[in-house]
Amino acid sequence: MKIKIKSQQDWWAGLMFIGFGLFFIVFALGTPEFIDRIAGAKLIGGYQMGSSVRMGPAYFPVMLGGLLAVLGLVVLFDSIVEKGPDVAKFHFRPLLFVAVSSLAFAYLLKPLGLVLASAALVFISAYGGHEFKWKEVAIMTVVLVIFSVLVFVKALSLPFPICPSFIDNCPIR
Amino acid sequence: MEGIFGNLAIGFIEVFKLQAITLGGMTMTLPFNIIMCLIGVLLGTLIGVLPGIGPVATIAMLLPVTFNLAPIAALIMLAGIYYGAQYGGSTTAILVNLPGESSSVVTCLDGYQMARQGRAGPALATAAIASFFAGCVSTLVVAMFAPPLAEVALKFGPAEYFSLMVLGLVAAVVLASGSLVKAICMVLLGLLLGLVGTDVNSGVLRFAFGISEMADGIGFVTVAMGMFGICEIIANLEQKEHREVFTSKVGSLMPSKEDWKRMWKPILRGTTLGSALGILPGGGALLASFGAYTLEKKVSAYAHQFGKGAIEGVAAPEAANNAGAQTSFIPLLTLGIPSNAVMALMIGAMMIQGIAPGPQVMTERPQLFWGMIASMWVGNLMLVILNLPLIGMWIKLLTVPYRILYPSILLFMAIGVFSISNQPFDCFLMAMFGLLGYVCVKLGCEPAPLILGFILGPLMEENLRRAMLLSRGDPFVFISPSKPISMGFLIASVALLVIIALPALRKKREEVFVAEEKT
Repeated sequence: MKIKIKSQQDWWAGLMFIGFGLFFIVFALGTPEFIDRIAGAKLIGGYQMGSSVRMGPAYFPVMLGGLLAVLGLVVLFDSIVEKGPDVAKFHFRPLLFVAVSSLAFAYLLKPLGLVLASAALVFISAYGGHEFKWKEVAIMTVVLVIFSVLVFVKALSLPFPICPSFIDNCPIR
Repeated sequence: MEGIFGNLAIGFIEVFKLQAITLGGMTMTLPFNIIMCLIGVLLGTLIGVLPGIGPVATIAMLLPVTFNLAPIAALIMLAGIYYGAQYGGSTTAILVNLPGESSSVVTCLDGYQMARQGRAGPALATAAIASFFAGCVSTLVVAMFAPPLAEVALKFGPAEYFSLMVLGLVAAVVLASGSLVKAICMVLLGLLLGLVGTDVNSGVLRFAFGISEMADGIGFVTVAMGMFGICEIIANLEQKEHREVFTSKVGSLMPSKEDWKRMWKPILRGTTLGSALGILPGGGALLASFGAYTLEKKVSAYAHQFGKGAIEGVAAPEAANNAGAQTSFIPLLTLGIPSNAVMALMIGAMMIQGIAPGPQVMTERPQLFWGMIASMWVGNLMLVILNLPLIGMWIKLLTVPYRILYPSILLFMAIGVFSISNQPFDCFLMAMFGLLGYVCVKLGCEPAPLILGFILGPLMEENLRRAMLLSRGDPFVFISPSKPISMGFLIASVALLVIIALPALRKKREEVFVAEEKT
């Protein structure tokens, strides 16, 4: 018998919740013994369960994870019973550029300094939009860099390097 | 009554206090709290006017900046953002037919119609007047209701707190739109994510996967910025932008005599309803505005004009959303329980400052408590004085295209998150939570319950553990007759869930939310 999924949205949501629930349970309890025996090593350590009087670190997460997995099953069951909407289209372009630009900023800030890291963020994220105009983005970059140096480093004194670490004499102080 | 005014006086003195401030090497004597209040309400109006960025992302963005501020200045500013956003949101709703803020969705209906009839000025003025009136009343409501509630809350033990948090979460879930089960799932996921990090009782590092940056847990600023900020940006970039600003003359601002006559009753009703709905856990500005519009449509003598530019349709929801925004501070200040995502961030702000939110704040730090309440009234006054003359500037801002806006927002978020611990890892987490938020939205799961769960996770575990320890492991302690308050909370939670799960009501609830989505 083929099960017809009537609500794609709920189907995937249910799977996601079950996945998260199991994930937390497994990491809280550790891998079961028979799996460890097959693998030949303790895969995941897990935490102490404790008792209801003195709850160990695993107690609450296992409770919540179990509840989450069960409710995930309910959502999953719902998806084959009740009609619901499809999953809306994923737009990967903005997703990718926004994520990459914030990562670029984070990992460039210490080696390259605030000026270049912000410029990288602005350029990459702007590229993820519908229109990309070189001139506009360049002006925006300059304005934003000046603003953030003045406000965040000068006024709020966040401990960010302004210039790349390989430049000895930073012109901006 | 006298006590309240005495307390408010303490607050006003705190708000207007002169302080020596060192900024960039210069020391000046300034009424610093007032300045922070002004900055807060201006920022709030700004992001309220701009569609595509809300108070949650903004407050999250500014949290790291508040590390260096005095607690009161930080809280005054952050609170200003929330109610300031309610003012700003209406401007966009009236002029562009876009909700600048989610709570001004219903203002679009009649506000925009008024603008099309050439009455944008009176519509804007009505919104401002209604908001101001509601702001004044709800400040008093907060001042009156907070002390007795805090007194009750002081008697709460761990069992009561646990049950109260359950009720808060259930109420938040019931009021969320979309599937009930999915919303509960999001709460649970949030609670679980909140447990990441070192377990206070045993010192065990939980779910950290050997990443040293996770030892202190996941910063909730990171989660909030990812789930709201990043996610909002991506969602906005999906759509081609088309924004039609009603730039034709705003015209005279003054409402006519008839307008005045027609608006005062709806303002009163909106304020009352909004104040009540704001106190409820899970309530706040959004719910208040919808409730007020629906009520007004039922009782107004001009019901037939609704949707065609009725001034009541602007006055009531605008009063209600501002009242709701302010009274939602009551559960936060008295119980330490957030009623919505913004309040969850306020709790975070208090914790950053080393203040444990809860009933003891009022007695231990009266200046902070009453200063914050007094600042709300001052902030409202500033908003109404500043906003109407500044309308031209806000309109100009609306013409700034989103492609310029979002890289700036993203940059400020990245700087803010990075500065929390000066590690790139937080930005990585922010991006991951942005991804998770995007997936959740696509799967029809709202991110707001997750944030509430996230902030309450460790608190709930702590109180559950203590309650169980005290009762020697008896799980019935929460519903035992010796703990009537706890039992009451749990009965209320179950009742809420049952009521909402009943088929008839479920259908009704869906209808309401469908109507919301259409608007």
